[in-house]
Amino acid sequence: MSTIENLKTFDPFAEADDDAGAAQKKQGQDYIHIRIQQRNGRKTLTTVQGLPKKFDQKKILKVIKKKFACNGTIVADSEMGEVIQLQGDQRKDVQEFLVAKDGLELDAKTIKVHGF
Amino acid sequence: MAEVEQPLPERKARKSVAFSEGATIMDENGNISESAQDGTKSTAEKHSSPSIDQGVEEVTKQMEGADMFAGMAKKKKKSKKTEDADGEAPAADGEFDPSSLKKKKKKSTKPKDDDFEAKLAKAGVEGAPEAENEQAVDQDGDWEKGTGIWSHDNKTPIAYPLLLDRFFELINHFNPDILSSGSRSYKIPPPQCLREGNKKTIFANIAEICKRMKRNDDHVIQFLFAELGTSGSVDGSKRLVIKGRFQQKQIENVLRRYIMEYVTCKTCRSPDTELSKGENRLYFVTCNSCGSRRSVQAIKSGFTAQVGKRKRMQG
Ligand SMILES: [Zn+2]
Repeated sequence: MSTIENLKTFDPFAEADDDAGAAQKKQGQDYIHIRIQQRNGRKTLTTVQGLPKKFDQKKILKVIKKKFACNGTIVADSEMGEVIQLQGDQRKDVQEFLVAKDGLELDAKTIKVHGF
Repeated sequence: MAEVEQPLPERKARKSVAFSEGATIMDENGNISESAQDGTKSTAEKHSSPSIDQGVEEVTKQMEGADMFAGMAKKKKKSKKTEDADGEAPAADGEFDPSSLKKKKKKSTKPKDDDFEAKLAKAGVEGAPEAENEQAVDQDGDWEKGTGIWSHDNKTPIAYPLLLDRFFELINHFNPDILSSGSRSYKIPPPQCLREGNKKTIFANIAEICKRMKRNDDHVIQFLFAELGTSGSVDGSKRLVIKGRFQQKQIENVLRRYIMEYVTCKTCRSPDTELSKGENRLYFVTCNSCGSRRSVQAIKSGFTAQVGKRKRMQG
């Protein structure tokens, strides 16, 4: 009897998208986008957009700058939030860093690398 | 055996659907760009469909392993049957071939009915080598003209490889694109990139490529710009002018990603799909081969850094 009572605690007709929907939405939006842009000449710019909020962007930037020997800044975009901007094509390095064990240990599936 | 055999025809049927669909695209394309099948053959952009021999090799490669081969032998015979049933356009061989074919079929089918499965399989396997031995006898003649072993009242069994050759030649002749689409590789003409001045790239044949992919130019352009993190315009002769310097290979990579994302069917890998705007502003890719439908993400360019002019606040 008690088990049946237990089963009832989950109401299948409750607001369905309360839980699952929100989670799904989050997953869909939680992609980290690594992009590249051309500047003048053969100079390029790498942007990292959508890093999880739990990380301190400044610290990450500091590590990245040191590690990949490039300069960079954090740009606060009204829509996209804080975006890390790096000089040069750092896409591969950043991607590896985000996934690496001694990096942020993120899921590779959440990272989208754009560009050519 | 019946149970074992059943999956084969089924699979074949599905394939043939895909094939015919593929053929129709080609026709459409052919109509738009060129005239007919012969036209498609000759154009450089469409990769020339593999020659018969290559086709044969491909198939044999794909179906490595003895069991597979035995299966294929049966399959081939069946496809022969259907081909004959369809009736070939070129008169001579159409009439005469079936007789010799039937003989062969009888050989392998008779024991099937009487005996049981294991023996059957054996017979199937043995059938092929036998034919090869007989090949030594005399395999002269031109099947197109219907001479030699291919002539109407000739009773010589025809060697399996020869039949295969004829099979592929017929396919190649009537549906040049089947063999290519069957090999699952999807070819688009390589993007032609020209440099305009120092800072711009012209993507000359984008219209052609879009047509081949059956996608809207604007959609492709939007994707290109979003991925390349740049902008540009379309010039008078429908060429795309992209800001920035890009090489052909780079454009190709982006196009490849576009095809993966917005063209190929994830279920059956067919590139014969349509992109449509469904309800709720969502885009859907509907497959013309298997009918599956999936939603695709809208193209978002995301964050773009200010390049060049410094610190100009957006209004
Ligand atoms: Zn499909």
